Amino acid sequence: MHLAYPAVLSALLFCTGLYGVLARRNAILVLMSVELMLNAVNLNLVAFDVWLSKTARDTLHSGQALTLFTIAIAAAEIGIGLAIVLAVYRNRGTSDIDRLRDTAEGHQSGTPTDGTAGEKAEATA
Amino acid sequence: MSPLAQAPHGFLSPTGVEIAFLLVGLVTFGAALVTVTTRQLVHAALWLVVALGGLAVEYLLLTAEFIAWVQVLIYVGSVVVLLLFGLMLTKAPIGRSPDADSGNRWAALAVAVAAAAALVWVVVDAFRTTWIDLGGAAAGSTKVTGASLFQNWVLPFEALSVLLLAALVGAIVLSRKAKADPSPPPVNGRAVTQSSPPVTDSGIYPIEQEGAR
Repeated sequence: MHLAYPAVLSALLFCTGLYGVLARRNAILVLMSVELMLNAVNLNLVAFDVWLSKTARDTLHSGQALTLFTIAIAAAEIGIGLAIVLAVYRNRGTSDIDRLRDTAEGHQSGTPTDGTAGEKAEATA
Repeated sequence: MSPLAQAPHGFLSPTGVEIAFLLVGLVTFGAALVTVTTRQLVHAALWLVVALGGLAVEYLLLTAEFIAWVQVLIYVGSVVVLLLFGLMLTKAPIGRSPDADSGNRWAALAVAVAAAAALVWVVVDAFRTTWIDLGGAAAGSTKVTGASLFQNWVLPFEALSVLLLAALVGAIVLSRKAKADPSPPPVNGRAVTQSSPPVTDSGIYPIEQEGAR
């Protein structure tokens, strides 16, 4: 198989995930796009591992081992990420990342009371 | 038989595996595009299942069987279920939500298209004359992967188990509800009742979000 096929598919999937991370507003949709980017990297790792194991007689299989590690780390990441999103949702009532601008510089928040209440709630939680 | 195995390949004579890879790749890419552009949040999670399952089929076509089944188990089995739970727990609106995309959508599209053009150009230019030899024994059968994992990668594997334990504990601590002790309720209770909508009006919630903006 031509090596360009998996490489190009991986690049396209990565850029799709990049668009999703930049353009989505819901935090959970951003997490889905991050998963797409991680899967693009996994496809690259598997394709190059198969190529190297046949042409260079590589027996270390580093690509597949790293793919398994990436899958496990992605599972941990999605668990922690969803826990953080749920904590933010409980404190602020929204998972809209465009409205979580408390640390933005030079930007007056539209609802300052909401922000301070959320901060206090976070501090006491 | 040369070790690089370049001689018998023609550039425009795709084999059956290549055609299958191309078709499944088109399905995967289309599902990924729908995932990042649809306005229905639950449909995005379900199209993500199609994209991840297509990637599992691609792993099978690349003879990496163990990775393919791990992909099905972990991603399709647990990650998507976790994402659906997250969507339900944050009371994501069922149906079309008008504000699924941010205001900087066009800048994001420009960045993504530029990155895709650059990456595809570089990758095609670099690996134009490289072929994967898929004949012979499978490169990623369970035996081969297990042997390499437990001969060469034991220490990272064990470290990974510690990381998973830490992630488990961290997720439990983060998602645990704060104790309902009556001593400091004013700030906490007021903030919660102000900012989180009641359970019953999940249909009203996006409308009042629109009104607030």
